Amino acid sequence: MGLKQKTADLKKRMREAVKGGGSKAIEKQKAIGKKTARERILEILDHKSFHEYDMFVKHAGTDFDMDKKYLPGDGVVTGTGSISGHPVCIYAQDFTVAGGSLGWAHAKKITKIMDHALKLKIPLIGINDSGGARIQEGVNALAGYGEIFYRNTRASGVIPQISVILGPCAGGAVYSPALTDFVFVVDGVSKMFITGPEVIKTVLGEEITMEELGGARVHSEITGNAHFYADSEEQCFDQIKQLISFIPWNNEKKAEPFPKKPPKTRQYNIDDIMPADPRQPYDVRDVIKSISDDSEFLEISELYASNIIIGFSRIAGQTVGLVANQPMVLAGVLDVDSSSKAARFIRYCDAFNIPLVTLVDLPGYLPGIDQEHAGVIRHGAKLLYAYSEATVPKITVIMRKAYGGGYIAMCSHHLRADFVGAWPTAEIAVMGPEGAANIIFRNEIKNAENPDDTRKQKIKEYKDKFANPYVAAAYGYIDAVIEPKETRNFILHALEVSSLKVEINPTKKHGIPPF
Amino acid sequence: MAQTNELKNDTKKPSYKSLLIENIKYRTLLTKKFQEKKPFVRKDIKKVTAIIPGTILNLYVKKNNRVKEGDKLLVLEAMKMRNDLASPIDGIIKDIYVKDGSKVTKGELLLEFK
Repeated sequence: MGLKQKTADLKKRMREAVKGGGSKAIEKQKAIGKKTARERILEILDHKSFHEYDMFVKHAGTDFDMDKKYLPGDGVVTGTGSISGHPVCIYAQDFTVAGGSLGWAHAKKITKIMDHALKLKIPLIGINDSGGARIQEGVNALAGYGEIFYRNTRASGVIPQISVILGPCAGGAVYSPALTDFVFVVDGVSKMFITGPEVIKTVLGEEITMEELGGARVHSEITGNAHFYADSEEQCFDQIKQLISFIPWNNEKKAEPFPKKPPKTRQYNIDDIMPADPRQPYDVRDVIKSISDDSEFLEISELYASNIIIGFSRIAGQTVGLVANQPMVLAGVLDVDSSSKAARFIRYCDAFNIPLVTLVDLPGYLPGIDQEHAGVIRHGAKLLYAYSEATVPKITVIMRKAYGGGYIAMCSHHLRADFVGAWPTAEIAVMGPEGAANIIFRNEIKNAENPDDTRKQKIKEYKDKFANPYVAAAYGYIDAVIEPKETRNFILHALEVSSLKVEINPTKKHGIPPF
Repeated sequence: MAQTNELKNDTKKPSYKSLLIENIKYRTLLTKKFQEKKPFVRKDIKKVTAIIPGTILNLYVKKNNRVKEGDKLLVLEAMKMRNDLASPIDGIIKDIYVKDGSKVTKGELLLEFK
């Protein structure tokens, strides 16, 4: 055979391999609104940037007549490519081949591309669409999962790891996404659970649909397992591209700077957003947009614990991680879910050299038996831990309320914020004026001729004296009282002067965070 | 304590509620999770409930039986394990709400003491 014939033979083999599970299986995949594994990869990556590897890998099953079966690529497509010029490693499980089930060779392809990503120090994107372990391969399938989980953990905090759930991801398989940084889900397509509806029905007699048990909405809103929710695969791919633009390739790099752009101040005027009365709500995302380049903000975990807002934006071209109390939801309190949500994000930013900007306006912690019993002590502690541990530049702006433990937790100087600014509307105090006056002047109020009038008067006295930024400023707990319209400048300057910040935590194997 | 009650005459969208924290009433939206949280129920020692979802295999006691603390009441099979449920107190069985083969969910009331 000459080169010509050999090339023709190669092309024939490649054609066979890219057919995946064949036209019938592909039709079935399309009928439920899903794209094929290769389509997904090609749509996420830059045009013509995808290079596929291990196309001719054969599956390793020998029992149950599996050796007679041909499974193209063993049900997973792997390779490298780029997103807006950023290099990435990527794999996509192919549901059309044996239901995307994970056998030994399938896992080997995934772990090989994972090893590549870690060695090359570039982000890893995994697209999950699999019926689970290939039962015919027995314990080798389990070994495959274990090898993947181990690598997810090793790579954690070194390279960005993104999981995209575009089909079922059930049983042990869910632990790979759970170990990665960001999980993307699509309405009606993604399904994640440890034990499915059938098992639940057999064991418990309870009926529930896959969607109700572990659909995209459930994981975005109730469990918090998913960070990005999309209506379609196309929208999901756009979100991935946007995220990649905000984060660095690995933990030794900084995010690529963008050209500076001013915020759209006509749309988001910082002076008009916030009501002066600390009891009135507003959308803190408008404040974020009013200080961010081009008023662009990529929100993360939008539907989960929406009483705290987290996400990325840019200030003067540089990526920053934003953490902000959301007065519009549950008055912006800290609770079990919001503390966990913010703490994990802070650790992400710290691991990947992204400065933290914290916007504070909270009445404190959410009171309730359910909160105490759900472990708000441990979960609340995560926030203190994450802020204290973080060594990236930390900039805090207290806008309105900063009462009690909430003041400390929201990146105060005491947790080593580098710069703390406060608006003139800030109220930094041990608790809200009503609560404080009731305790401090309890006897005076009780013994007064007219207790209600006395209470009102004492609350006013307390408010006048303590509900302002100047008591904290007098102790140096805040560095500057700034006009709201100076906020962007304050942050921008702080970022500039802390661009060389190096802070080293005490040498240790690792801390023991309140997981 | 946090209290919530709808603000009257508030026709504006979104529909803000009020949330009381340290005697201050805040206007705010409430999350689905917050609204659906279950009220706290104190554990009643006279009520025996399923510790785990499963199937009732054997009932050792009948209505009006007198039992001692530690006596076997029933077997609850769950996750391929047979769990003996022992009586938490000395007492008389007031009523039994399950029979052999009943499938029960976690927390379901199985029997009650007088």
